[in-house]
Amino acid sequence: MTKAPNDVVITGVGIVTCHGVGTEPHVALLNAAAAPELKIEVERFAPYPVHPMPEIDWSQQIPKRGDQRQMENWQRLGVFAAGLALEDAGFKDDVDACGSMDMIVSCGGGERDINVDSLIVDEGLKRNDREQLLNEKLTTELRPALFLAQLSNLMAGNISIVHKVTGSSRTFMGEEGAGISAIETAFARIRAGQSTHTLVGGAFVAERPDVTLFYEAIRAHATGSWSPFWSRPADAGGGIITGSVGAFLVLESREHAEARGAHIYATIEAIGGDRGRREDGRLERRLNLLADGIEPTADKAIVFSGASGMHEVTGREKAWLDSRFPGVPVRAYSGVAGHALETQFPLGLALAALTLSSEARVPAFDPAAEKAMTAPAETAIVTTVGHMRGEGVAVLSKEK
Amino acid sequence: MSKAAYRDHLGRPIVAVTGMGVITSLGQGLKDNWAALTGGVSGIHGITRFPVEGLNTRIAGTVDFVELPVENPVERSYFYARSTTEEALAQAGLSGDFGGPLFLAAPPIEPDWSDRFALADRAPASQRPGDAYDRFMAVLREKPDPVLYEAWLFGAISERLADRFGTRGLPVTLSTACASGATAIQLGVEAIRQGRTDRALTVGTDGSVTAEALIRFALLSALSTQNDPPQKASKPFTKDRDGFVIAEGAATLVLESLEAAVARGARVLGIMKGCGEKADHFHRTRSSPDGGPAIATIRAALADAGIAEDGIGYINAHGTSTPENDKMEYLSMSTVFGEGLAKIPVSSNKSMIGHTLTAAGAVEAVFSIQTMLTGTLPPTINYQNPDPGIVLDVVPNVKRDQQVTAVLSNSFGFGGQNASLVMTAEAG
Repeated sequence: MTKAPNDVVITGVGIVTCHGVGTEPHVALLNAAAAPELKIEVERFAPYPVHPMPEIDWSQQIPKRGDQRQMENWQRLGVFAAGLALEDAGFKDDVDACGSMDMIVSCGGGERDINVDSLIVDEGLKRNDREQLLNEKLTTELRPALFLAQLSNLMAGNISIVHKVTGSSRTFMGEEGAGISAIETAFARIRAGQSTHTLVGGAFVAERPDVTLFYEAIRAHATGSWSPFWSRPADAGGGIITGSVGAFLVLESREHAEARGAHIYATIEAIGGDRGRREDGRLERRLNLLADGIEPTADKAIVFSGASGMHEVTGREKAWLDSRFPGVPVRAYSGVAGHALETQFPLGLALAALTLSSEARVPAFDPAAEKAMTAPAETAIVTTVGHMRGEGVAVLSKEK
Repeated sequence: MSKAAYRDHLGRPIVAVTGMGVITSLGQGLKDNWAALTGGVSGIHGITRFPVEGLNTRIAGTVDFVELPVENPVERSYFYARSTTEEALAQAGLSGDFGGPLFLAAPPIEPDWSDRFALADRAPASQRPGDAYDRFMAVLREKPDPVLYEAWLFGAISERLADRFGTRGLPVTLSTACASGATAIQLGVEAIRQGRTDRALTVGTDGSVTAEALIRFALLSALSTQNDPPQKASKPFTKDRDGFVIAEGAATLVLESLEAAVARGARVLGIMKGCGEKADHFHRTRSSPDGGPAIATIRAALADAGIAEDGIGYINAHGTSTPENDKMEYLSMSTVFGEGLAKIPVSSNKSMIGHTLTAAGAVEAVFSIQTMLTGTLPPTINYQNPDPGIVLDVVPNVKRDQQVTAVLSNSFGFGGQNASLVMTAEAG
């Protein structure tokens, strides 16, 4: 590929998964000889296994206690991962750069107060005037700060407050598609010269009963214990094991990045997203369109599949990958970090960027189904097929 | 027209508005809304949707005249968005698949309390305090509930709109709090300028007035508590303003590149000339006391539009009627426009329709275009006791016939997200 001033390059990666905080443990994981040690929590939310947050010293990225107290873990994780990305890009505490930096956050909503909700429904079981009860209890029991901790756009709001990113602030919602659209929009804006540097990503906390409930409403969550990604048993829930993840990227135009001598992890060559009905091969047809023109050399490429684990659609994605990119090693990152909904696609790009930049031969995450890499990749393809809807594909190339 | 006539001062495609639709507490459709809005009618009334006994705020600008298949905020927000989009597409003369992207400003709607109570009714008895969600999950493990699941998806409204109107690609569902509607329009403008599309569907909707939403805003001391009479509660820029009135509504704007609009013979209603934004890092619910981000937002919109301060003929204010917003907005306008501000009429639609939250930026953009189309400035009603610290021509209480050719519309949100739009009557 020839280089152009408006190439969209990745210059900062902020990543938190059950395997640790920041690029270091994740570069190590991607360069290891074998799949990482399993990090799974099976007791706390039984029967639902989840990939938990690692140990985090919030103060490293959120120095003020007062700021930490204004948030719950979901917002904290986003603000923390955003700080890591800024630091990694060399923008941390650069007032001018952050003051003109654009931001797109993909996320859902924050933690509900489970105790208050429980108290209200339990009281409601004994009373007929439930609406009146609601007014009484919500007025007396709700904490004003918690409302702000729940608001979707307040993850971005807190990033502005803590890290002073204020060029612009937009929050995209709507499951996996939000993460795809966030990066697609940031990419298109930089390509067109509408932005020079953008912070984009999100965070997802799996360790929340209000989140598990959402998956369980369609029996999507796996139950019992962890099992290898591509062979999750059909009789133990829906196949999805969620994971707490924060993933932010700093995207820049090549011109902007080179002018300040920034380290370039990778170039985003193309990205697209779509949606629609999935039956009768429609999903595969859309994926073919999204992957149009992507012709990687099999032994110099890798696919980071964001497959959720949801039984049927995950199998279909695997079959499509095998036929569309034969011989290209596939790594299903939900198998090691969990499914992260709105953050799923940003996480895939983060892992792809680290892989290309560190020339990793990424070990098979599920050795029974994923083939070994024989050489470092020059191209990384990232897919995210939403567990219910929405699909996206991105292609990244190694910086030479 | 030459090709150059379709490009703006920065060589980008000019973006036209070719269709508009709106619903608020004043009525369904632009015609009814505009008649009420220019007639100085208030849509604010006592809440009947849920009991309000014991609450400090008992009024709202809810939309109470529509029939829904199921009563919940997702259905409401979808219904409003669908109806305004149908209206906008009809005005634009577009039928069949829309074929461009959808940008939807929608509230982050949480599961409804009626759903939680219904789960609790079916759930096993409590074993320990705080275990309601464990019991809910036990219920759902026995019997999944796809309808409930769908109601919890933040992407559910845009998904249905995308199917119904045949929009292209992944729809974007966004929230920038009270600036959301303007941000949706901005995303549409950007997509057309990028050359990614010739047209975009931009929608803001909010049907989320529930007991919990009302109480949450009340706990932040954001709402007016002057319940009686309801029509007088929203009084932007006055001395006795005491908070905003929560409200519902939706608006849709069909955006097209001017070139594509002209090519298909569409009527151009107005030009979406420029957009500006700037985030605030001061506080979670309060804006910077120096108005810095709001000032930067307005200036960015003017620069993007290529219009000087003296080119603006009317300002559709954010004007929420909270003590803080109106003061800060005045500070920012007077900083940007200086002495020229005295000659610019500034009115707040929220004096009549309340604060339609997620939809506000889109609703007020529709009214801004309509202001230019009709040569009528909607008033700021309830302007009986002016705040002496805010010296503005607010078009007090009664509409004014005045032709304007360029309008600024402001949207400033909780969480520090600010957006301004500049609209003009003509492309030149």
